[in-house]
Amino acid sequence: MSLNLTPNIPDPDGFYDTLIQAHADLSKDESDAFNARLILVLANHIGDRDILAQALEAARHD
Amino acid sequence: MVDVRYETAFKLYPYEKVAAQAGAPVRHPVVVVGGGPIGMALALDLGQKGTPVLVLDDHDGVGLGSRAICFAKRTLEIADRLGAGQAMVDKGVVWNVGRVFHGEKDVFNFNLLPEDGHRNPAFINLQQPYFEKFLVDQIRAEQTKGSPIDIRGRNQVTGLTDHGDYVTLDIDTPDGPYQLEADWLIACDGARSPVRDMMGLSFEGRVFEDNFLIADVRMKADFPTERWFWFEPPFEGAGQSALLHKQPDDIWRIDFQLGWDIDRKAELDPGRIRARVDAMLGSRDGTIPDYDLEWTSIYTFQCRRMEKFRHGSVIFAGDSAHQVSPFGARGANSGVQDADNLAWKLDMVVKGLAPDALLDSYSTERSHGADENILNSTRATDFLTPKSETSRIFRNAVLQLAEKHAFARPLVNSGRLSVPCVYDGLPLNGPDRLDGPPISRPGAPCPDAPLDDGFLLNSLNGTFSLLALNADVPDTVREAGIEINVVSLADTAITDDLRARYLGDAPSAVYLIRPDQHVTARWARFDTASVRAALRTACAME
Repeated sequence: MSLNLTPNIPDPDGFYDTLIQAHADLSKDESDAFNARLILVLANHIGDRDILAQALEAARHD
Repeated sequence: MVDVRYETAFKLYPYEKVAAQAGAPVRHPVVVVGGGPIGMALALDLGQKGTPVLVLDDHDGVGLGSRAICFAKRTLEIADRLGAGQAMVDKGVVWNVGRVFHGEKDVFNFNLLPEDGHRNPAFINLQQPYFEKFLVDQIRAEQTKGSPIDIRGRNQVTGLTDHGDYVTLDIDTPDGPYQLEADWLIACDGARSPVRDMMGLSFEGRVFEDNFLIADVRMKADFPTERWFWFEPPFEGAGQSALLHKQPDDIWRIDFQLGWDIDRKAELDPGRIRARVDAMLGSRDGTIPDYDLEWTSIYTFQCRRMEKFRHGSVIFAGDSAHQVSPFGARGANSGVQDADNLAWKLDMVVKGLAPDALLDSYSTERSHGADENILNSTRATDFLTPKSETSRIFRNAVLQLAEKHAFARPLVNSGRLSVPCVYDGLPLNGPDRLDGPPISRPGAPCPDAPLDDGFLLNSLNGTFSLLALNADVPDTVREAGIEINVVSLADTAITDDLRARYLGDAPSAVYLIRPDQHVTARWARFDTASVRAALRTACAME
């Protein structure tokens, strides 16, 4: 299986807003910690090491 | 003069002048330098096999201090084969539960949940001096039965001349110097190996800039027999991490991670250590039990290994060959596996039963093990001491998530506890012609299993063994001068655990097992030509 890099999130503006709102009351340190937790939660949900490797690669170049 | 570098806990081999100190150098088949746990395990193994071995140690006994305290099941199995395992288990503290704290929070706990049907527990805690003493006790017992083991205390190796097929050693003693010669020299002389230095060999790897304070505390306390580990401990002066772990004799091991820029002398001041220990012990309910400081030390560590463990007639084992961080108890445990791997090979080479190329496989197999241990202990160290701001953010995110969510707990790394490595794909392995369980594939250490009367590993006696399960085998098998120990079990004698670990769904199996209890090859049925060929492969004869 390969990493899905085509649009896949319904209501993209709504999701983006939710993501930014989640950080609204956080300091920089708290935001950094939040992001780290979010990455770990999502990575566990994906689970597939091959997909995760592709995601790391995609993030590195984009 | 022979310097006294440390105090001894047990004076086990006091200096005695021997006749060989006068006259021409005497040649020995095997000389072991260093009477620590690795050197003594090797000497005991060789001696039991009938190969003469001389151990030289620059002290007259076992050094003070608990040092290595966690001994893993595989180590206990090896010690059991050597006859010293039961004493260790009887004295040791068996533990299964570990608890992880982050600051004030109890993040989670784990249970090693040892599998049933093994003679030995997953882990015991035992001070290293006891481990060494039980090996020496067994050596003394073997000596009275005529085993050719000789230990010379306060014999310090000060020089080495390598002649290619033997070495000459300069030795200093309280009565002055003498020389001896060795066909094989085994350097078990520790992380700062003088033999390695004398040979000008390098020891490359990664230095970790951290200091750890160990305090062994004697107290009567009702803390449970659990491994307690704190990330960012909440008590005063504890540093970045702390550990509390029980040992025999009412001794508790306490570790504090102090960081890099410290004043060692000041940190070792008993008053300062007591202030830290008070803060830790009082953090539970404010009361501090009465305790004595038994032993304290500050250590640093590196993760590194020699490129090759064999250099002609000189072979390195244990910390002299490879060094890891203490997280995961992979130092002494892996060193004992070195001794286990080397003893039978050296014995066969000395007896002329195998070519000396067999000793190259020691280097190949054990450097594979060292790489695995270095990888695991380096990863643990990076989790314990994040090397960047982002690394620390992720580490703390893992700890925070682990409180609530099971998924994050496997990411918490306070040390991955030592398990033996599998020699997958290495040259001594023969074929895998059985549709059997992966756990007992060629290269793997034999998993223990109960028999109707005792345990499987106790029937694999330090020689090559043929384990036949519901398969026809001859009573004796002999190849190239090597007698194979045949262990044959009829279907009715195969216990459930033995079946699960060695047969799986297969109706029958034949395993060829090395003297160090690693599987070399396996088949569904016995075939004499196949077994003979696998034995020759396992001895580097072809």
